[in-house]
Parts: sequence; C-alpha cells; structure tokens
Amino acid sequence: MSIATAETGIMGGIAAKFRTCPATGLKVDLAAQSLIKANAVAAVVFLLVGGVFGLMVALTRWPAVHLLPSDWFYLVLTAHGLDVLLLWIIFFEMAVLYFASSVLLNCRLAAPKVAWAAFGLMLFGGLMTNVAVLQGDSSVMFTSYVPMKAEPHFYLGLILFAVGALLGTIVFFGTLVIAKEEQTYEGSVPLVTFGAIVAAIIAVFTLASGAIILVPTFLWSVGYISHIDSVMYKVIWWGMGHSSQQINMAAQVSIWYAIAAITVGAKPLSEKVSRTAFFLYILFLQLASAHHLLVEPGLSAEWRIFNTSYALYLAVLGSMIHGMTLPGAIEAAQRRNGYMNGVFEWLRKAPWGNPAFSGMFLSLTLFGFLGGISGVVLGTEQINLMLHNTIYVPGHFHATVVCGTTLAFMAMTYLVLPLIFQREVIWPKLAKIQPYLFGLGAAGISLFMMGAGTLGVSRRHWDITFSDAAVSFDYPATAFLMMGLNGVFAVVASLGGALYILITVGTVLFGKKVDSKNIVAALGPMPQRQVSSAIKEYGSAGTWNLPGTYILVSVFFVSFVLYYFVNWKYLSEIWPLG
Amino acid sequence: MAITSPEERIWWNERIERGELIWIAIAFCWGIIMFSMMVYWHIEGNQNFSNEAYRISPKVFEQRTEEFTKKFTVREDENTGYPVAKPPAGGDVYMLARLWEWWPMLELEKGQTYRLHLSSLDWQHGFSLQPIGINLQVHPGIEHVVTLTPTQSGTFGVICNEFCGQGHHQMVGRINVVEPGKSQ
Ligand code: HEM
Ligand SMILES: [Cu+2]
Ligand SMILES: [Cu+2]
Repeated sequence: MSIATAETGIMGGIAAKFRTCPATGLKVDLAAQSLIKANAVAAVVFLLVGGVFGLMVALTRWPAVHLLPSDWFYLVLTAHGLDVLLLWIIFFEMAVLYFASSVLLNCRLAAPKVAWAAFGLMLFGGLMTNVAVLQGDSSVMFTSYVPMKAEPHFYLGLILFAVGALLGTIVFFGTLVIAKEEQTYEGSVPLVTFGAIVAAIIAVFTLASGAIILVPTFLWSVGYISHIDSVMYKVIWWGMGHSSQQINMAAQVSIWYAIAAITVGAKPLSEKVSRTAFFLYILFLQLASAHHLLVEPGLSAEWRIFNTSYALYLAVLGSMIHGMTLPGAIEAAQRRNGYMNGVFEWLRKAPWGNPAFSGMFLSLTLFGFLGGISGVVLGTEQINLMLHNTIYVPGHFHATVVCGTTLAFMAMTYLVLPLIFQREVIWPKLAKIQPYLFGLGAAGISLFMMGAGTLGVSRRHWDITFSDAAVSFDYPATAFLMMGLNGVFAVVASLGGALYILITVGTVLFGKKVDSKNIVAALGPMPQRQVSSAIKEYGSAGTWNLPGTYILVSVFFVSFVLYYFVNWKYLSEIWPLG
Repeated sequence: MAITSPEERIWWNERIERGELIWIAIAFCWGIIMFSMMVYWHIEGNQNFSNEAYRISPKVFEQRTEEFTKKFTVREDENTGYPVAKPPAGGDVYMLARLWEWWPMLELEKGQTYRLHLSSLDWQHGFSLQPIGINLQVHPGIEHVVTLTPTQSGTFGVICNEFCGQGHHQMVGRINVVEPGKSQ
C-alpha cells in the first residue's frame, strides 16, 4: 500500500509524505493523492446517478416507451443536467488540476486542508441542490431561467459548490507557485499542466460570473430582491454556463495530450503552436454566452456576431489547431515507434486494445466531427434561427460533453487507476470494449437528437404527440423514428457507462495492487513498453512527414465546409424574416 | 513529451513545421470566411433576426393583443374555440404567450409581409414555428417585433420550445397561411 512505501521528506520546501511512482519516478504527495482519489470517486458517483437519470429521460422521450409521467420527467431532466454537467465533470476536473500541478510538477500540494474544505463544500452544495430538485419544487432545469423560480436551497447549493470549486482552483495556483519557487521542475511547465492552467484561469472567470448571477437570484428567491431581468440573467448565466464548457475543452485537450504521451509516447509537434492554441482560449473567450442568445430580443446584431464567433473564430482556431497537432503528434510518435509503412500503418497498429488510447482517440474524433462542426454551425447567428431550443442542441452538446469530455475522462481513468489508486484494472477484456460501447451509444444519441432537431422536435419536452394539448400538431414520422433510435442508443450508452462504473469501482475495491514489477503492464497494451525511459526523453516531435494526419484533417475540413454551407442553403429556404 | 517540461527551454523560438503552418493558415482563413458570412447575410440574406424590441409591461401587451384580436377576428376555431384573427395584409400582428397557450390563432396571406409582435405575460416561452423551423425566444416585459413573410400556404404549429413549467408540452398555437384573397 501507499503508506508502506511512503517516505517523509522535503517536498516543495515543507516536510510532506510522499511515495515514488514506480512508472515515472515522480514523487507523489500523499495528500494530493488522497484528494485526487476523493474527487474522482465523487465524480464517478455523480456520473452514476446522473447517468441513470439520463437513461430515464431518454426512455421517456422514446415515444413507444414514454417511461415517466410529465412532472417526473421535468424533475429528472433537471437532475440529469446538474449531476452530469456540473458535478461529474467538475469533480473530475478538480482531480485533474491536482494531478497536473502536484503530480506532474513533482511538488507537494499547496494547502491540502483548504483542498479538503473545497471538496467538502462542493459535495455539500451538490447534495443540497440535488435534494432541492428531488423534493419536487425546483424542476426549473439546470439553467433556472428567471422568472421561473426554484427553492432557495437550489441556488444556495450551486453557490456553495462554486465557492468550493474556486477554493480548489486557488490551491492549484498555490501549488504552481510553490513548484516554481522550489524549482521542482526545470524550464517551463509541461504542456498538460499548461492546459490545466488555461482551464483554471477560465474557471476563475466562470465562477465569478456564476457568483454575479446566482447570488442575486438566491436573494430574489428568498424575497430580498424583487426583480431580475430575464435577458440580463441569461447573458451572465451563460458567462458561467458556456465558459465552463471552455474549461472542459481545455481539460479534455490536456488529457488527450497526456494519454497520447503515456500510451504511445507522443510529443507535441511544436510546443509553441500547442501552447498558443491553448492561449487562444483565454484571449478570445469574450462573452462566450453570446451563442446561447442569438434569438433573444434586445441584443444588437453586432454584439451577437462578434461574440458568437469568439471574435472572428479565434478560439475555434485554437481547437482546430489541436485537432491537427494531436493526431500529428500520435502519428509522429508511432512512426518513431517503428510503424513507418504506408499512410496509415501508424493508426492501424495503434494500441486499440488499450482503453485509455481507444477512449482518447474516439473522444478526439467524435468531438471534432460531431460536436465541433455542429457547434460552429449552431452558433452561426442566422442559422441558429432554425435550430434554437430544438433537440438539435442537446444532440450537439452530447457530442461535445459526452463523446468528448466524458469519454476523455473515462479514458484517463484507465491510467489514473494504476498510477494514483495503484490498482490493476480488473476485467481487462471488458475494459477493452468499454470505450467502444460508450462511444457508439453516445455518438448515436448525439446524431439522432440532432436529426430529430432538424425536423423541429423541441428540447426539454415531454410529449411530442401533444396528446393533451388543446391545439394539435403532428411531427413527421421520421421525427418519431429518430427519437426511438435515440432511445435505443441511450440504452447502449448506458450499458457502456454502467460498465465503466463497474470496472472503476471494482478496481478500486478489488483490483490487484500495483508495484514496480507490474506497473507498466497495468497501464495497458502499448507499442513501446519503456515508459520510464520514454518519459525522460524531453522535447518536441522533430521533423516528420505526416501524410496520415494531413489526410485526416482534410477529410475533417471538407466535411466542415460542406455541412456549414448546406445549412446556409436550408436557411435560405425558410420564410423571409428580419 | 506533453507531460514533461519542453526539452528546449526556449521553446518559443522553435521552428514551426510547414504542415502545421499551412493548417493554421487554412483554419484562420476559414474563420474569417465564417465571420464574413454572418455579416454578408445581414446585407444580402433574407433570413435575419430582428433587432426591433421594446420594453413593455405585460398588462399593456395583453391589452394590445386583445384589441387586435377583437378587431380582426374572422371566426372561431372549430375544435378549440380559439379566435382566429386575420389582419389586413402587410399589417401589424400580435401573438402573446402565457402559461400555457399562444393566443390568438392567426390567419395570414401567402406572400404578404407582416409585423409580428411577440411577448410573454409570465415566464419565458419559445416561439417555434413548425414545420418551417423559425425559433424565437419570448420574454416577459419585452415586445419583440419581427417582420415575417409566409411563402407557403397551409396550417402551421407554434410549439413552445422553452421549458415553461408543467404545462410546457401542452402549449401549441397555430398560424394558417392562405392564398392571397382567399380564406380558410
Ligand atoms: C447514458 C448517458 C446519457 C443519456 C442516455 C443522455 C440522454 C439525454 C437526453 C435524452 C436528454 C434530454 C434532451 C431533452 O429532452 O431536452 C439529455 C439532456 C442533457 N444531458 Fe444527457 N445523456 C447522457 C449522458 C450525459 C452526460 C454524461 C452529460 C454531461 C456530461 C449529459 C448532459 C446533459 C445535459 C446538460 C442535458 C440538458 C438538460 C436540460 O436541457 O436542462 N448527458 N440527456
Ligand atoms: Cu411556453
Ligand atoms: Cu414551454
């Protein structure tokens, strides 16, 4: 066990307990390790709860099943959004922040007590909001648009959660300062840590927006404030709601780089390019709430155009750069690993049996093709008129936040289990198929929700037959088919999700202990097995010809352009308005 | 490696690969094109979001819609008893949103341009004209004026697509579009 091998020594200036990681030789602060574990466990528990809610929602929206009654549907949908989007993702991100600072920089964690307080606040707040929702009088969706009102403890829980997350972010920054002062690393921080810093900087902006809007809303719910402007609320709420997606973006891209580094030994093609691409996220985030407000009355067209494009699409540029440098770095590494033949041998012979690698690559591809393209199209000022608030929107963001972020976090878990929990993944055969199963299901729900959305099906809607509405309306039969297929793939995604949770929990409880003898094997199949020597090799990928990557990004680019203009064509066919 | 410090301490002076540079240039130009498309559509395109909006109290909006409806009602809908208002071609048209209905029903002429006034009396609602696919957010306290030209005749639904509480899925309105000079 960790304590058995723990040493006490000077770490970042102050005596701390640490162990030495047998795979990397890095010193791991035991306080940081426990915090990473606690946050990861909380994350997984909320994924379980939120995932069950998600399945119930999808089964209700499957017209032939129509599982829940309407009041339960809206309640469960509110809980689903909160538990997965906020709690699962942000708890996991706290673990990522502690990992990227303390572990990767070989440094003690700045203030473990504060980090525990942060964890406690987040947990308490998250539970409080869940209780409010389950009590039944706060089915307002996680966006809680005013003037619809939830119970005060719904908002209070969110505020406490946000304060906790802010504290955790401060501990992260503190750790960076200590690492710098004590020179626990040489030169610049690793790219993955750089990405985490970007995520944390955006988090501060996000949490500030959250405080600015949720505190008055809480006061309004208890009666101290009489009115909150409904458009203003959305502008600021989405300053939190969307910027936090940019945190996910930065975190998940960092994880892609980390997994590529560990599993195939990938180095960034160019540190300069990759870091600049991350930096673009901070610079051009602007008022990222704009693309949620494209059909809101009273906001000027100039404001909407400038902000929805994140100032000329420069943040999208950042993502497109990562979209090339990641496969590029993998291709370069694989060619260095000896897979030189043809255009795609590097890809064919990649470690597809390693769930960390396959999860990462699926996350990268599905995020780019499904989530990225649909997001830019949806966020185009005029095209949004056709799709706003249809179920196309959840379709898009399940491609980003489920296929992308969630799958990336799942993939990362397969490395965190041996490296931090020091357990060998149980049921490796099942673990091997888990990312494929979940990826298939998640891609399915994304695609079919988008398909139904193009046919006008509304999001957050209990009954698309309108059976108890006074006025009738019929959606085309294809829309019903799409919602049914969405249900089928929701079952597949849920199986994949359940498998992930079983494997994770099973491994933590019953996994074989990992030590210097089996650590490398515990990380899963890899093309080159000298992890520790590979990790000691620093630097960029060097000059490589990357034909496979050029083909992949060309396919991506052509799809993007075609899909973009097809939607302009559809738009030109609807009734003129202005 | 991405999880270790860069080998070259002065990494910001590294040479960038040609392939990477080309991709960055392409992506940058694509961003400019996409940005320009939105501006271009404001100038040349026919489908744009209207910026005309006024603060209004829900009471006043309700009054105006009632006056409008009284003046232009041509009949009651057979199944629901809703008034169907048929304003003169090219005129102002009112539709209000409240828990949980769109009121009144409208009858418009194909090819005519109307000024549609939308507002909510209570919570936010979503005006989703189907199967056309025009979606607008409707707020309480804001009167939004949209210039709209139906180019197809038939019966169209107005679905509420902003969650507005327990009756959200019952909130359906109607717009009929008839050939010029005809009525339904
Ligand atoms: C088993 C996996 C999942 C299934 C089957 C599923 C299914 C669904 C469905 C059908 C909706 C409802 C769309 C609507 O009626 O408007 C929905 C909403 C949503 N889902 Fe999921 N989902 C899953 C996992 C996730 C995950 C992992 C996340 C986040 C990381 C997520 C985030 C959301 C959010 C934020 C909403 C919007 C809630 C709202 O409109 O207020 N889902 N999901
Ligand atoms: Cu409504
Ligand atoms: Cu509604």
